[in-house]
Amino acid sequence: MAINYDFPDYEIVRNPDKCVKCRVCERQCANEAHYYDEDLDMMMCDSTKCVTCHRCVSLCPTRAIKIVKTDHTFRENANWTSQAIKEIYRQAESGGVLLSSMGNPNPLPIYWDKILINASQVTNPPIDPLREPMETKVFLGAKPGRIERDENGEIKNNLSAQVKLEVPIMFSAMSFGSISKNAHESLARAATELGTLYNTGEGGLHKDFYQYGPNTIVQVASGRFGVHKDYLEAGAAIEIKMGQGAKPGIGGHLPGAKNVGDVSMTRMTPEGSDAISPAPHHDIYSIEDLRQLIYSLKEATNYKKPVIVKIAAVHNVAAIASGIARSGADIIAIDGFRGGTGAAPTRIRDNVGIPIELALAAVDQRLRDEGIRGNVSIVCGGSIRNAADVVKAIALGADAVYIASAAVIALGCHQCRSCHMAKCNWGIATQRPDLVKRLNPNVGYKRLVNLVNAWNHEIKEIMGGMGINSIESLKGNRLMLRGVGLTEKELEILGIKHAGE
Amino acid sequence: MKITANLMHFQELNSQVRNAHDNVIIIDNCIGQRYIGSGLSGKKITINGTPGNALGAYLDGAGIEVFGNAQDATGDTMNEGEIIIHGSSGDATGYAMRGGKILVKGDAGYRAGIHMKAYEDKIPKLVIGGCAGSFLGEYQAGGVILVLGIGKDDETPIVGNFCGTGMHGGKIYLRTDKVPDRLPAQVAVSDPTDEDMEEIAALVEEYCGSFGGDSKKILKDKFLKLLPNTKNPYKRLYKNN
Repeated sequence: MAINYDFPDYEIVRNPDKCVKCRVCERQCANEAHYYDEDLDMMMCDSTKCVTCHRCVSLCPTRAIKIVKTDHTFRENANWTSQAIKEIYRQAESGGVLLSSMGNPNPLPIYWDKILINASQVTNPPIDPLREPMETKVFLGAKPGRIERDENGEIKNNLSAQVKLEVPIMFSAMSFGSISKNAHESLARAATELGTLYNTGEGGLHKDFYQYGPNTIVQVASGRFGVHKDYLEAGAAIEIKMGQGAKPGIGGHLPGAKNVGDVSMTRMTPEGSDAISPAPHHDIYSIEDLRQLIYSLKEATNYKKPVIVKIAAVHNVAAIASGIARSGADIIAIDGFRGGTGAAPTRIRDNVGIPIELALAAVDQRLRDEGIRGNVSIVCGGSIRNAADVVKAIALGADAVYIASAAVIALGCHQCRSCHMAKCNWGIATQRPDLVKRLNPNVGYKRLVNLVNAWNHEIKEIMGGMGINSIESLKGNRLMLRGVGLTEKELEILGIKHAGE
Repeated sequence: MKITANLMHFQELNSQVRNAHDNVIIIDNCIGQRYIGSGLSGKKITINGTPGNALGAYLDGAGIEVFGNAQDATGDTMNEGEIIIHGSSGDATGYAMRGGKILVKGDAGYRAGIHMKAYEDKIPKLVIGGCAGSFLGEYQAGGVILVLGIGKDDETPIVGNFCGTGMHGGKIYLRTDKVPDRLPAQVAVSDPTDEDMEEIAALVEEYCGSFGGDSKKILKDKFLKLLPNTKNPYKRLYKNN
């Protein structure tokens, strides 16, 4: 037998004094890392199977388990790290493309953490959101460049389709298939209660969720899964997915093993077949072609739904966005390189794309310079982690943000980055019925509502501190931001001054 | 209801089609207006002239008959209904269609039938009377594509290169005895079974019903059947990391 070179990065440590051999850990672990040895009358474990999801840790009644980073190591080497060596072992053994999940975990710059927010002192008063009205409502969609009047002098309604958000935060695309039905239900109900939108991703809309249509973005991607007239009509907006921050330039495939039952019904594809979303849309080779897809969707829905075009943040994102803003799209969504995914080749996830902060600033500036910023709203995503990130994004020029990693963390995700294995012990990124039922949508939706309400209150407090009482006044207000530890070039692209200036 | 399209903007034309009380609509002198019949159900449109791109996109049960050629992305993502083209059609004809039927009297461009699917009792059908360009049935996941090569000499292949690239479901029937050039590795060529020939015969009858021609004569010739040899092409590609 071939030697297994792999050793686990994390070890399960059990305190035998606390363990009562109730075997909860064994029942809870879909990866089968825990087992009971009858001869020894002991709980045992195989750390190689552990994905560090903490399900056993959280459910152990005596808190007997912890997961620790192993101190077993290769000879230390800053270049040939343990990760680099192990990835080579895995590929040498299998010949496979390395597959990972969630966002880029590497220590690349996080610009949000190098941007600081202003506050009022003395010369302009801060506002207390507990006592004074604060507006965090936003309307997404193209804004007309001028007021038009009819022959009687009355203002003509020349506004194209808009969507109203009570909070500047939406849940970004995660397909049914990549995440469970209970996760989708949690998102749909939370969006409805919050007055915002969630996004179907390219997995179609489950028949049980048409009722949440007014709070749903329906996605159209290259595989066209689940796209039909009723689906397009059901949503509040339609999103054309051109790219995703975690894997710019490549498509996706839901393996046939996951494309079963309700998932294949909802995607409207043959059961058991791989559901392949090709890298390109095969009818889009230019902005003119994109315009054609946008207008075919508008024609199909009688111009009642704003159309979002979602792209990954890549090198020439500003020029691309300029084209999109002229293509008839109502909203541009930009997804940064730290955005999550249910599965992506490791090399793509970790090496392709650019930070959302730079992409957002570049796009907003370019559209302003060209006088077409009003043609579109901008939504940004790709690892928005907290309310401060939201405020910074809006001050850099976003109309609203997309969150997905934060949303699944609220649902119990522990960022073990094993979604592609489809055995999510928290019932989120899995279709196994025994695991899915662990996520109770009644609890899940409430946790999402709590999270967004908490963030919204924090946004109001931060805005109040700046003396701003409306999110509209914050949008693109880069004077409210200062950089720390950034180069001249970075500051130039972000369009902000250095702290102290 | 009769609409003379001439230089009418597509938005105006499509709004007239959508809002028409008549279920039978004739569009005369169509010159390239796009998106006709987008998402439409319950109507029958006859088009004289040349409709523009994305004719019958998301079609949901309506019937469209074109006396002329059609352009690109005809029947994009159509769900149900029928598109009959008394001429040729452009690239990506039947892109991602999951139901209904497209009959093209003449040729089709590149990438016809790309990403066709099937779903429950819906089995989309694309019949091309003449030849098809390269990448016919690329990423095909379901449904039936039939290319008849009518009126072509024996030397010219009836489909272009890379037929069925990424195909992982559905069937392609070709009326030829020549295996197409540059077939990708995952596409297997075989002779149609008796059951397949019944399916082919039914489609040829429909074709001849719409465009004329002698179905018996057409059916006398040799057909080939192309099938994917796996419905899970990516199974072995990855290693969990």
